[in-house]
Parts: sequence; C-alpha cells; structure tokens
Amino acid sequence: MDEMVVDAKDLRKIYKMGEMEVHALRGLDIQIRRGEVLSIMGPSGSGKSTLMNMLGCLDRPTSGEYHLDGESVAEMNDDQLADIRNRKVGFVFQSFNLLPRATAISNVELPLRYANMGGRERRERAIAALESVGLGDRVHHTPAELSGGQQQRVAIARALVNTPAIIMADEPTGNLDSTSGEEIMQLLLNLNQENRTTLIIVTHDPEVAELTNRVVMIRDGVVVEDRS
Amino acid sequence: MKIGQPIIEALESLASNKLRSGLTILGIVIGVAAVIAMLAVGRGAEAEITGSIEGIGTNLIFVFRGGDEDVRNPKPLTLGDAEAMADPFAAPSVAAVAPMLQGNAEITFSGESTSASLVGVTPDYSYVRNWTVTEGSFIEEGHLLGRSSVVVLGVDVAEELFGRKSGLVGETVRIEGQPFRVIGVMEEKGGGSFGSEDNVALVPMTTAQARLLRRSTADRVDIIMVSAIDADSVDQAGIEISDILRARHRTAIGQDDFSVMNQKDFLETAATITNVITIFLGGVAGISLLVGGIGIMNIMLVSVIERTREIGLRKAMGARKRDIMTQFLVESSLLSLFGGIFGIILGWGIATIVSKIAAASGTPLTSQIGIDSVLLATIFSTAVGLFFGLYPANRAASLEPVEALRYE
Ligand SMILES: Nc1ncnc2c1ncn2[C@@H]1O[C@H](COP(=O)(O)OP(=O)(O)OP(=O)(O)O)[C@@H](O)[C@H]1O
Ligand SMILES: [Mg+2]
Repeated sequence: MDEMVVDAKDLRKIYKMGEMEVHALRGLDIQIRRGEVLSIMGPSGSGKSTLMNMLGCLDRPTSGEYHLDGESVAEMNDDQLADIRNRKVGFVFQSFNLLPRATAISNVELPLRYANMGGRERRERAIAALESVGLGDRVHHTPAELSGGQQQRVAIARALVNTPAIIMADEPTGNLDSTSGEEIMQLLLNLNQENRTTLIIVTHDPEVAELTNRVVMIRDGVVVEDRS
Repeated sequence: MKIGQPIIEALESLASNKLRSGLTILGIVIGVAAVIAMLAVGRGAEAEITGSIEGIGTNLIFVFRGGDEDVRNPKPLTLGDAEAMADPFAAPSVAAVAPMLQGNAEITFSGESTSASLVGVTPDYSYVRNWTVTEGSFIEEGHLLGRSSVVVLGVDVAEELFGRKSGLVGETVRIEGQPFRVIGVMEEKGGGSFGSEDNVALVPMTTAQARLLRRSTADRVDIIMVSAIDADSVDQAGIEISDILRARHRTAIGQDDFSVMNQKDFLETAATITNVITIFLGGVAGISLLVGGIGIMNIMLVSVIERTREIGLRKAMGARKRDIMTQFLVESSLLSLFGGIFGIILGWGIATIVSKIAAASGTPLTSQIGIDSVLLATIFSTAVGLFFGLYPANRAASLEPVEALRYE
C-alpha cells in the first residue's frame, strides 16, 4: 500500500538566460504515495511551477533522478515524455487551457486521441468523464458558453479521462471566485476518494491547503517543510 | 492520431478563419490558374501552328533564294530551275513542282475594292497545295502560254467583291486596273496562323511576270514549292533538288545560294519557338504560384504563433512532435489543394475566354488543357503547400511544451 507514485531525488533545474543562470530547483527530494492528496505552497518564484513541470514530465530536470509510477523519466526523449504524459499525468491549469473552438466533449477527448483510441470508445469515455464532473448536460457547449467554474470542470474531466496515475493542478482555483473554487476543490477531493487518483495541487491559498492531508512548503528550490 | 482526424481538425481550423483562409487560398488559385491558362494557351498556339503548317499540303518542300549566310549575290530562282526540278530522271523523288510569284494587289469589281494576296502560279500549284476549285476550273497550261488575263479567286476575295462565293465564273474583275476574267473559285481553307489563306487571287505565272509582279529578271520566281512522291521520299527529294540547283547555279558545296526546307523543318522550328513561349509563360505563371506558396508560409507562421498555447496544451496532453507536425502540414496542404482545385477551374475558364477572344479577333486558337497540366498543377500546388508548410509546422512541433504553455 505504500507504493510510491512520485519518487524524485536531488532534482535540480537551472534556467540559462544568456550569461545568467537561474537556479529554480536546488536539489529537491520528494516522494508521494499512491492516493495521496498533497498541496505545494511557497512564495512566488520559489519553484513551485518548475517542480510541477518536472513531476508532470513537461520538462526534464537539469540533473537528478525521477521515477513516475515506476518509470525513470530523467533520460527519456521528447516522444517518450509525450507518451508518459499521455498515459500517467492529467493537468489542470489555472487558466483552464481549453481549446476555444472545440466543444466540451472534443476537449475531453483530446488526450484519448493522442492515445490512438477509437472514436466510439473515446466518446463514451469522454461523456462518462463529463458526467462525473457534473457536466453531463453541457457536452456540446464550447468554452465561451460555459462559466469559469464549468470550464475548469471540463479541464478536470479532461485530466481524468485517461485514468492517470497523478493529476497535477497548478493553482486550479486561482481564476475562480471562492464559491466555484470550493466546488472545484470538492470535486477534486471526491475524485481522489473514488478513484484513489494521486492529487498534487499548487496553491497560494491556505484554505485550499487546509483541505489536503499533506502540505509541502518550498523556498528557493528546496523543500523547507513537509507536514501531514 | 490517424489521418482522418487531423483532416477534420484542419478543416475546422481553416473554417474558423474563413477570410484569412480564403485570401491565402486565393494566392494559390491565381498561381495555379495562371499556370493552367498559360500552358493551355501555349499548347493551343503550338497545335494551331502545327496544324496550319500541315494544312499547307503534304510531303511539301520549299525552295527559297539565299542560303548560307556568307554567300554573296545569291542567284534568283527561275522558272528554269523549277522545270529542271520537275525532270523525272534528275529528280525521281519529286512528284510535282509549283513555282510562285507573290505580291499584293488591289482587286476591284464595280465599285467594290479589296486588297488581296496575288500569286502567280502554274497548273501544278493546285496539286502541290492539295487545293482545288469549287466551281469553274483551275489555271491550265494554255493560260500560261497565252499569258491570259484570267484569275481564280479565293472565297474571301469573292465575298468582298461579290458578296457571294459561287456563280462567279465569267465575271470580270480588275487587278491593278487591268481586266481579268474569273475562271474559278478556290475551296475555302479557313484561317491559319499566317492570316487567312482565302484572301487570295491566283493568276497564271507568266501573266504575273509580265504584267503584275515584275521582277528584275523576266523569268524569276519567289518560291518554288515541290511535293515529293511520298512522305518517305521528302528527304531524298530535298537532296535531289539541292544537287540540281547547285549544278544550275554553279555553287561550291557549302556555298549554297538557296535553301531547301521541308515541313518537318518548319515544324521543328515552330516547335522550338512555341516550346520557348510555353516554358516562358509557364515560368512566369510558376512564379505567381511561388508567391502564393510564400503566402501560405506567412499565414501558417502567424497561425503557429497565435496557437502557441494550444500547441503547448496539446503537447501536455500527449501530442508528439509528429502529431503537431501532421496537424500543420495537413492545414497548409489543404489550403494549397483547395487553391489548386479552384485554380484549375479558373485557369480552364481563362483559357476558354482567351480562345473565344482569339477566335473573335480572327486567330483561331483552341486552348488545350491536358490531363498532364492538370496533374502538374495539382501536384505542384500541393507540393508548394507541403514545402512552405514544412518550416512553420516544424517550428510548431519543436516548441517546448513548458514555454508554449507560458506564452501570452
Ligand atoms: N522558462 C524560464 N526561464 C527562466 N527562468 C525561469 C523560467 N521559468 C521559471 N523561471 C525562474 O525560476 C524561478 C522559479 O519559477 P516558478 O515559476 O517555478 O515559480 P513559482 O513558485 O511557480 O512562482 P509563482 O508562485 O509566482 O507562480 C523564478 O525565479 C523564475 O523566474
Ligand atoms: Mg507558478
């Protein structure tokens, strides 16, 4: 039961900007068990988003070791990273990041398309995912026809549609009013309860952090506090 | 992803910005239309010229005065030369010989007046040109001997002077003020690339020499047309003619003061010229297709920048480099494919209109759109789309997902 979904050791990330080097992560260790709900907090510029990008396989660390769900990520090439993102990671962004011209169902189908899933199965699973976030009646709406909270629900449906090992949410409530924010948080927590999906939430909001059973504080690219 | 899906997505994406897609397509439409129309017109011109050269007659050989450039004072061709060529022993490959004197003349009939090409001919002219009268009779040996004032009219001249094409035998027209009796009307030849051949008046060679088309020496002729006994003998007949003329003009070998050309020579010359024209027209049109391609590249680059975040998102969702590449290449290829299709239609329309205008202005020119030029245009325009889409697509595919997602 103590299976590690995320196992990262001595993660370092150096951004080179011309002559200048920005050390965004300076030897960060983190381990997350399956089914955990974890929030990452820290001041602006401390490296939270950078860490999310590493854990979500959007980017490679400059050095360090990282195993996601048992697979070593650090040496993977771009296509392998794309593949592991597709199978194991679901993203929820602060600004929703839906395709503006596509309907809710098309947006949710997107990860399944890149998984080469057939049209019928894709549609069924996308509808199921939209129903699980309470949008069964908004399947053919485009983002412009949905409220912010609803858009974020579509994004959550998209994140969970290919049953990933972890869902990464970078300030998922940042663009929402407090009521919709709470609803979104509740939805994420429910999903965790039902599917034991590991949930990593980056947030500035202490109330959001309150809802998670583990809080990791980051400063200057290292973990300074880790309480459960 | 499979290929059907990207096509649908690309269509949706193109449809979402119709004006922009339309204008981009227009660039290709114009390019392809230009290529199609130019090639069609070029081909049409070629066919027309070839047709009119072949229409002059069959197995023909033309003999002109003047030959190699550095020959001074070339001797003129004479009736004597023509008679020598007709000798079946010296020139067994020659079937008939038709010397000609050519000029222009004013022909009148009771107040009506027209300017026509006046040709002094011998009876064999009709055989050599494969051209006969529709009524009356052609010029005969007796007319030559008697330097008769008789004329055979082309239908254009008949129309101009009499307003009809038949029932003219026995009328008297005036050529340069001298009365000539009409003995026949030639059958209609139709227009050619060298102007209408029906605007002609044929008179006996001797009459022309004596009274109408006077030359410095009495028995001089302008051109001698010779027909070979059959198509295979044309080259041999040319050699025989050259030998006869060299002997008669006393020229050294390589110092010919005459030229012998057969239809093949004319066709080759014409083909060279029309090919150059076609290539030139096609090249100019190709440049506009290239410009259209640059338009595609431009729009695709703009589109890549606009959709940077979308690309980042797709990559986050698991899109590989080649998925993104495919998406953008399909879009640019579809743009150029549509452009190609509309361009072919438009080009066909332009070619047809050009034919109509040419026909209306008296130069029949049937534009010819070959399957090959349609294929060429389709393949070329799609290739243009692929080629000019490659760079933008590659740029899109190479975007780092993190950077792309951060893009504002
Ligand atoms: N692409 C980049 N190029 C250069 N420097 C970068 C890049 N991304 C992040 N950084 C730098 O790395 C450091 C960490 O940035 P990061 O975005 O991870 O911070 P954060 O904790 O998410 O901040 P915030 O709470 O404001 O979102 C910052 O100093 C930032 O300027
Ligand atoms: Mg951040």
